[in-house]
Amino acid sequence: MSPSDGAAPARWVPGSGEARRHVLVAVVNNRPGVLNRVASLMRARNFNIESLAVGHTERPDVSRMTITLWGDDVAVEQVAKQLYKLIDVLKVQDVSAERRIEHELALIKVNAGSRTRKEVLAIVEMYRARVVDVAADALVIEATGTEEEIDALVALVRGFGIKEMVRTGSIVMVRGAQAVEVNA
Amino acid sequence: MRMTKSERAAAPAERTVGQSAARHARDGHLPGAGSAAARAVEEARARMFQSARPRRRTRIGADVVCEAILRQGVDVIFGYPGGVILPLYDVFADHPQLRHILVRHEQAAGHAADGYARATGKVGVCLATSGPAATNLVTAIGTAMLDSVPIVAITGNVPAALLGKDAFQEIDITGITLPITKHNWLVRDADELPRVFAEAFHIARTGRPGPVHIDITKDALQGETRAEHPATVSLPGFRPNLDGHARQLRAAAALIDAAQRPVVLAGRGVLVADAAADLRAFAEKAQIPVAHTLLGIGAIDETHPLGYGYMGMHGWKHVNRAIQEADLLVALGMRFDDRVTGKVSTFAPHARIIHVDIDPAEIGKNVSVDVPIVGDVGRVLRALLPLVRERKPEERGAYFEHLAAMRRESESSSWHGSGAWRDGLLSADFVVARIGEATGHDATLVSDVGQNQMWMARYAGFRRPHSHISSGGLGTMGYAVPAAMGAAVGRPEKETWAIVGDGGFQMTMQELATLVQDRIPVRIAILDNKRLGMIRQWQEIVYAGNYHSASLLGPDYVKLAAAYAIPAFKASTPEQVDEAIAGARAADGPALVWFEIAQEQNVFPMMPAGKGLSDLIESWEGANE
Repeated sequence: MSPSDGAAPARWVPGSGEARRHVLVAVVNNRPGVLNRVASLMRARNFNIESLAVGHTERPDVSRMTITLWGDDVAVEQVAKQLYKLIDVLKVQDVSAERRIEHELALIKVNAGSRTRKEVLAIVEMYRARVVDVAADALVIEATGTEEEIDALVALVRGFGIKEMVRTGSIVMVRGAQAVEVNA
Repeated sequence: MRMTKSERAAAPAERTVGQSAARHARDGHLPGAGSAAARAVEEARARMFQSARPRRRTRIGADVVCEAILRQGVDVIFGYPGGVILPLYDVFADHPQLRHILVRHEQAAGHAADGYARATGKVGVCLATSGPAATNLVTAIGTAMLDSVPIVAITGNVPAALLGKDAFQEIDITGITLPITKHNWLVRDADELPRVFAEAFHIARTGRPGPVHIDITKDALQGETRAEHPATVSLPGFRPNLDGHARQLRAAAALIDAAQRPVVLAGRGVLVADAAADLRAFAEKAQIPVAHTLLGIGAIDETHPLGYGYMGMHGWKHVNRAIQEADLLVALGMRFDDRVTGKVSTFAPHARIIHVDIDPAEIGKNVSVDVPIVGDVGRVLRALLPLVRERKPEERGAYFEHLAAMRRESESSSWHGSGAWRDGLLSADFVVARIGEATGHDATLVSDVGQNQMWMARYAGFRRPHSHISSGGLGTMGYAVPAAMGAAVGRPEKETWAIVGDGGFQMTMQELATLVQDRIPVRIAILDNKRLGMIRQWQEIVYAGNYHSASLLGPDYVKLAAAYAIPAFKASTPEQVDEAIAGARAADGPALVWFEIAQEQNVFPMMPAGKGLSDLIESWEGANE
């Protein structure tokens, strides 16, 4: 009656698959403390967030978070399920497989004296970024684009000396007419 | 310089030394002096000391709290008063239907609410003031979280204007309980209390149950309100799925019909869903043996022909072997805790897995499954029942014979005695078995954590749901006595025993006074081996006999009980056991039995940490005889 003693294959352990980058959209109640709940859950469950951006939406009562993180598909599904358990989380969608617009905004303060300013401006032009502040020996560049585009811009202007930089983290929207909808 | 009030108010804005001094005299050292916010802070500080209500009064937040609890069908709360929660105590006399039990430590209030909830299936309520009282609840809230127990924890907080100012006994308790509750609230306005309480009870008991916490500022408790209790709650972010997906149900039925060596793994979800009868009907129709987790004890009568027994780290060897040999596991309301699976990569290597749980996050969390079914265990079983083929026991003849042979071998092993029998010492498993028999296997038995917990789970013999209560997930020592207190209050028609080690008992034995003052008839069985038994066992087996802090001194427990006027009995040999149990059962009110058990008895079998269910240790140093 016992199964043959042949070696059974080892049972697969969830989370042991190949990690890749995922983008989650979470629609949450626009209430004090909700960001704390999400952040606390991520920390407590040992999930590592790459970026988290939060802001208003078309509805005043809800906010939208874009969370990028690395993990295998099962681990990220677990993140989504745990997020769902938060009462203030209305909807979670993994849009990693969707055609999407995924942009972030960066402000970069670059050294640019009279000798180098032209060069910096040329790069700004090339990347369709814009200059939002000019001082005697520095410029503030505002750029939007994908993470890779911003990375490339940063790599190019790094040589001039970046005095200060801030990036928002990605926000995302699926292309086409389909929307991340919340049943309310 | 003298100024009248009106002159001061009309003084020009430009600052002179004299005017500055006058401002100082008026507003003291208050930051932002003169602003509305600063005035609110000062008024709140003043009101902390003058708060007695007038004799004739209107409805205030504290009344709403009492009304809301009663509306939810709960008529008892376990609590402890303190500064900012006093407005609630001030109105208790006006709500006489609500029984308040004064504990001796807030942790016990939480565990009592938990024991009440587990014994009754209702929501338990505990109450504490701010600061240290609120942090004392934390262990109990965590205990309820890990075991999915519905409790509502209520704390007071300082007046809203003082929040964040490190006022006396202020602490960010909602920040602390955030990760160990299903949800929590900080209420600063009496008008919000009806809605918050309705949501809190709904969330605590709905879907996968769990603890919630409501922190209420003192001014919200004292504020006048006409807000009405809502008939329904609106929580778009909280809609648990109750019914299994039809396609998955069909897939499950196909696997069940095809399985040759199936085993059901029953967890606490079966009890929560009140689905013991559904489980029995399902198991009988498909003829599947039922193993259960620690918290699944009582899901099936252990004497039922299909009741196969307790699984996991200290579970029965035959049960773990059956799981390791199974070709199908039907997991019902259990979460594949590491104490159940051991090393996942070697867990049930031949088995496909059907996993039914109301919490989708549990499915695929610890173990990957073949058929996931999100839903209430009872509803899923009722939907599954007509889909599975009916079998006769004879159809599984060879399988059942094999299971029976494994069981005979496992049960005839003499691990449990660990040599105690030979030496004529009192053996813990014998004590626990005698308590089970003496109470007709119908009492509510509450264990603590450690060896006593495993002995009770293995040897007491359970027949009915909710007769076994224990802190499984968090493993909270000190749980038994206060939880038994709550269980006895919730189910007074059932005899209630706390079975506790000498270590755990000394953690919460202050509650003896509560048992006496509120006449709560808990029988306490202390299994005293003068050791932290499970620590000693691990140090013996896993840490090469390198004992440290495993021995502990205890008092004379009979004298201790006498100091509380609690009848006490003592048994040090097997012959004295039945009489001591009978003495405690005959007592009118709480009673205590001091069992001096063998000092170095181990719980076997034992799955060492990091190993799998096939790696059970069954003996040590000849102690298996």
